[in-house]
Amino acid sequence: MPFEEKMTWVNGVVTIVVPVVYFVVMIGRLQSTAAADIAYQRPLIIAIVATIVLTIIGSIAAAVGTGISAELRGRKASDDIDRKDERDKRISRHGDLIGLYVSSAGVVVALALTMLKADYFWIANALYLAFVVGTLVGTTVKLVAYRRGF
Amino acid sequence: MGKPTRVTNRLRALRFAAGEMTQADLADRLGVTRQTIIAVEQGRYSPSLEMAFRIARVFGVPLDDVFQYPQEG
Repeated sequence: MPFEEKMTWVNGVVTIVVPVVYFVVMIGRLQSTAAADIAYQRPLIIAIVATIVLTIIGSIAAAVGTGISAELRGRKASDDIDRKDERDKRISRHGDLIGLYVSSAGVVVALALTMLKADYFWIANALYLAFVVGTLVGTTVKLVAYRRGF
Repeated sequence: MGKPTRVTNRLRALRFAAGEMTQADLADRLGVTRQTIIAVEQGRYSPSLEMAFRIARVFGVPLDDVFQYPQEG
C-alpha cells in the first residue's frame, strides 16, 4: 500500500471516530437541554483539536510502520515514505475536489440556517457536519480510486 | 468500475524481456511507487504523457511499443 494511501486511511478513520463521539455527546445533550442552551463550543473545539492531533499521531505511526516494513524488506525507508508520485497527486486532487463540492453544499445549508435565524448551535454544527461529510466523501473517493483504478 | 482506461500496454512483457526487471526496480528507476506500476500494468491507471515517455525510454523502445490504444469503430 503506498504511503499516501495509508495517510488517506488515517484521515478517514480519524474523520469518522472523532465526529461520531462529538455528535453522540451532542445528541445526548439535546435530549435534556434546548439547543440554544447547549454549550457546544468547548466540545467542538476539542473535536477539531483532537482531529488534528490524532491525524498527526496516526501519520507518525504510519511513517514508523512503513519505515520498519521497508527496512525489513531491505529497502531504504525514505524510498517508500518520501515517494509521492503523479498518481498520488491526481487521486488526492480528485478526492479533495469532490469533497469540496460536498462541503460547499453543506455550507449552503448553514447559510440557509442563518437566514432562518436558527440557533448558533444548529449553524455551528451544520458547518462542522459539512466539513466532516466533505472530508469523508473525499477520503472515500480517494480510497476507491486507489483500489479500483483512476 | 472495471478498467477506467482503454489504453493497453505491454509493460509486463517488456519487463520480462529486460532481464525480468521487477516492478520495484522499474518503480525505482521512474521514481514512482510500485503500486503505480502495478496499476498501470493492470490498466487501472493511465500515466501522464511524460511518465509514458519515461517508461518507454527505460526499455529503449518507442512509445507505441509500450502503450496501445484501440482503433475507433
